[in-house]
Amino acid sequence: MNIDNIKKQFPIFNNKVQNNDLVYLDSANSSQKPQVVVDRIYDFYTKEFSNVGRSVHYLAVAATNLYENTRVLVQKYINAHDPNEIVFTKGATEAINLVANTFGQKFLKEGDEILLTELEHHSNYVPWHYLRRSKGVKIKFAEFNADGEVTLESIEKNITPKTKMIAITHLSNVTGAILPIKEITKLAHSKNIPVLVDGCQGAPHLKLNMQDIGCDFYAISCHKMYGPTGLGILYAKKKWLEVLPPYQGGGGMIREVKKEGITFGDLPNKYEAGTMATAQVIAFGESIKFLNKIGIDNIEKHESELTRYGEEILRKNNSVKLIGNPKNKGSVLSFTLDGVHAHDIATILDEDGVAIRAGHHCCQILHDKLGLSATARASLGVYNTKDDIDKLNESLNKCKKIFGG
Amino acid sequence: MNLKELYQEIILDHGKNPRNLKKSDNFNKDAKGHNPLCGDKVHIYLKVDEKNKISDIAFEGSGCAISMASASIMTDLMKEKNENEVKELVEDFLEMIKQNPELKSKILGENEKTKLMSLSGVKKYPMRVKCATMAWHTLTAAMKNSNEKANSKN
Repeated sequence: MNIDNIKKQFPIFNNKVQNNDLVYLDSANSSQKPQVVVDRIYDFYTKEFSNVGRSVHYLAVAATNLYENTRVLVQKYINAHDPNEIVFTKGATEAINLVANTFGQKFLKEGDEILLTELEHHSNYVPWHYLRRSKGVKIKFAEFNADGEVTLESIEKNITPKTKMIAITHLSNVTGAILPIKEITKLAHSKNIPVLVDGCQGAPHLKLNMQDIGCDFYAISCHKMYGPTGLGILYAKKKWLEVLPPYQGGGGMIREVKKEGITFGDLPNKYEAGTMATAQVIAFGESIKFLNKIGIDNIEKHESELTRYGEEILRKNNSVKLIGNPKNKGSVLSFTLDGVHAHDIATILDEDGVAIRAGHHCCQILHDKLGLSATARASLGVYNTKDDIDKLNESLNKCKKIFGG
Repeated sequence: MNLKELYQEIILDHGKNPRNLKKSDNFNKDAKGHNPLCGDKVHIYLKVDEKNKISDIAFEGSGCAISMASASIMTDLMKEKNENEVKELVEDFLEMIKQNPELKSKILGENEKTKLMSLSGVKKYPMRVKCATMAWHTLTAAMKNSNEKANSKN
């Protein structure tokens, strides 16, 4: 895989950031966009725009086809059984809220348990917390170990006869641990418990096969997958989408509306109320094509080589302490630097054009357990190179110098 | 260079060795400040006498060099200041950190002003302004509340 060629496809890298070449190490937060995605949005708005699924005029029909094409592209990309198992949402957050809300409404009662992990992003905890308040459900957290992993055993230990849902991350956005989601799903299903996977960090970096994993729900964030903001995807098995109630009400999701009652539309319209993020959905089709062109196997290989290189370089730097050491690890390097707070690191790195994230990365439960208020995180994407890691390390040495380390 | 203005010696010194960083035993007012975006925390303890003068001030907390240095310098400067003086100094500092080139208040001596002005480099880093102002907003909250509830909890 020729990385130079891939980087050239991202226009952001043509610009200087504060007179520096951009070293973008914040892809776990949001990825940059290839030219094809940017162009697709422009072309749609300038040449093809219309709302979808309603009018019968030429543009409306063409736009509807483009919109539905992305659904099929996504279905194939994640190997879902049926395109109707792909629901567009405004983000992965909404996808998880949709499941928590509708599943909670229909199936949960006081005393039921939801099993999460201590690694979860707030977006896979807060939606379930609402059910704690409205329904009196209990939330349990499977612990992570010293390496920052959640094992199958840790999940198993926390399952009780009252567990009604297991909601877990595919790949921790802090420790980088990749969870054994297929094994967890198998175990859960043996006890009739459905599984939701927060795939925000998994989807951009790992090969996905929904039919093989077997999970019931999988939430995707499109802007982390070289796609537009304002768009997420909920994969849900058809059997769930058929029995769960609608999430939001509005136009486009109904069959018949009478004064005395309403019937709802078929899948997937039932869950896509109102005018959707049309341009973003159509442009996301280009993100999928972009990923397909490079090949997810190549991406996985490139990113895992780079992650190993990053770990090696940062381990050699005596002042750096990496957070987590999972055996199966995604392209996330979270760390602390002796004597320098994460925010100070981020500000100093920024001066060199090195963009990282500092803070709790929306994982306060995890940081509290580690006794840290903030960590620094460098996260990688398809466009990163070893050179980027070297620049990160140079700038970290500059931090030490400023702080007299 | 901006970074040198931001991380001046005095900031690095107060950031590494914050003054008055302890839980005060004998406080009668306190308040907690928290920046949920970055996780920085500060808890300000005040002993305010019957004339509304700060006879003792201390803080606990964790955060970046800027937030620690700001709390450290602030607590140093606020000792023996009365309610009106505290109000004036807080307002003056907040205006300076956002827009004013200088501190206007006549309450501080030249050395104290220089010390406080060391935080002015933050102006060029809008995302870091909150780091510098958190302790000051929390001090204002602490002056207003006699927080007996917080005391009884501790």
